[in-house]
Amino acid sequence: MYGSASTHDIPAKATTGLENEDPILLAEFEARIARGEKIEPTDWMPQLYRKQLTRMIEQHAHSEIIGSLPEGTWITRAPGFRRKMAQMAKVQDEVGHAQLLYSAAETLGKTREQMLSDLVNGKSKYSNVFNYPTPTWADSNVISWLIDAGAIVNQMANAKGSYGPYCRALDRICAEEAFHLKYGHDAVVHMATGTPIQRKMMQEALNRWWPAIMTFFGPSDKMSTHTEILMRWKVKMATNDACRQQFLDMYVPKIWEIGLTLPDANLRKNEEGVWEFSEPDWEDFKRVINGDGPCNAERIAVRRAAEENGAWVRRAMQQPKAQYVRPLA
Amino acid sequence: MNPTLDLLYRLADDQLILGHRNSEWNGLGPILEEDIAFSSMAQDKLGHSLQLYGLLHELGEAEPDTVAFTRNAPQFHCCQLTELPIGEYDFSLIRHFLFDHAELLRFEALADSSYEPLALVARKVKGELKYHVLHANTWVKRLGTATEEAIERMQAALEFTLPYALSIFETTEAEPEIISSGLFIGEAELQARWEASISKVLAQTALTLPDLRTLTPVAGGRQGQHTEHLQPLLDEMAEVFRLDPTADW
Repeated sequence: MYGSASTHDIPAKATTGLENEDPILLAEFEARIARGEKIEPTDWMPQLYRKQLTRMIEQHAHSEIIGSLPEGTWITRAPGFRRKMAQMAKVQDEVGHAQLLYSAAETLGKTREQMLSDLVNGKSKYSNVFNYPTPTWADSNVISWLIDAGAIVNQMANAKGSYGPYCRALDRICAEEAFHLKYGHDAVVHMATGTPIQRKMMQEALNRWWPAIMTFFGPSDKMSTHTEILMRWKVKMATNDACRQQFLDMYVPKIWEIGLTLPDANLRKNEEGVWEFSEPDWEDFKRVINGDGPCNAERIAVRRAAEENGAWVRRAMQQPKAQYVRPLA
Repeated sequence: MNPTLDLLYRLADDQLILGHRNSEWNGLGPILEEDIAFSSMAQDKLGHSLQLYGLLHELGEAEPDTVAFTRNAPQFHCCQLTELPIGEYDFSLIRHFLFDHAELLRFEALADSSYEPLALVARKVKGELKYHVLHANTWVKRLGTATEEAIERMQAALEFTLPYALSIFETTEAEPEIISSGLFIGEAELQARWEASISKVLAQTALTLPDLRTLTPVAGGRQGQHTEHLQPLLDEMAEVFRLDPTADW
């Protein structure tokens, strides 16, 4: 899982601050990116680039640890040894991704402690889909397959971006996500072709998750501003709509193939090969992203409790002279 | 109960229940690396229990999934140490330290068991348990020599946990035959080795090991008597499995 473009754009009111950057260095920086070179932590970079990337990688990392919660609650309930062990390994990977991503973000100058503190204080966001509940085992399967699938679409694109540590982390993450996709697909197919109770559980979970899945890639491009400079700097590699179209094209046929339906009567591929669908409820999306979703408070409360309960361990571990500077990726 | 079954159930149930508890650290660890480490150990322990339930199945017991997911607490033979809730990290770490020292020594001894299928499993399992002990030792030494706060917490956790840890070595009426048939060295011998093993590590910390002779072991688990924490754990574990007993999950 779990990065999504949904919260990565520059806020509409933000100034770019580019007028304060050295024009020669800036031109050189942009030329390097245009040539396909990677930017490394010790290289010169504009403040806006540093800020946006920090925000983006940090949000991605937060999405991994917060995202491990809704699936994590099903580890202790997973039915049978095979599912239990796979669910554990899968969720563990996600926490490992967070570790890689926090390390990548730290190369830009913000410590993991600061990032986690901003997360529990509500200053930084995570993928909005994890503010929705997972009331059944089938919901967890839907996340494993389709949310991870969405994340792969996004991450495969971003792995070709310009910041070296993030790209290397994403390469490793995508390799593991490919297994998650198989795991999730297997779990969904198993349920969708199982007993009537299992099929019903799966269909209901899919119905519950579809509206959130449709918002996973963020608002429609026509509502999203300021992405041009991020695209030029290869911070953002594909638009929200392009990712959404790619996802629909790859997965809707697979969902239909196993006999599941999707709760959108307008969902169809038109003659130009473009997917049409009912416009997601962006007002609801905004409301949830701003904190008023069904699980925002619970997710943050769990994370805060973990931070508070574990503070004594981190205090004991702290060696002020040994600041961690090398990324794992 | 047949001594082989008796021994295997105790081994398998310990691994399953502690594995399950370790997995509850997902999302809650004091640092991400500990979420990951506890998950790795949980996966190993689940895997160990599956192999042991597999041996039981070969001896005519039900399928591993049935045995693990459908019994109730009185039918479990785990020691009470394994079933306690994860609590705070100090408790979970000390439990892991005390349990896995015993478990490594146990499986090292079982590698020479007269029951060859068990000896084969033990030879593989002991190699993994070595890393569990290494993990526990690293953290106990680190926190047990760190801040005053950490040392106090670790000492309190040690004192709270030890009576439960002694329950690891609770015997059943099959014990004499288990020893005489060469299945296993026996719990008393294991406990002696364990005391030496944990003492050596604790000596490198600011922690004090109380005189174990003065403690009363919390027994009962091996006979199916459990704390109030086991049944809710089992109910949770079987929640989905029981939704449709006819289904293949």
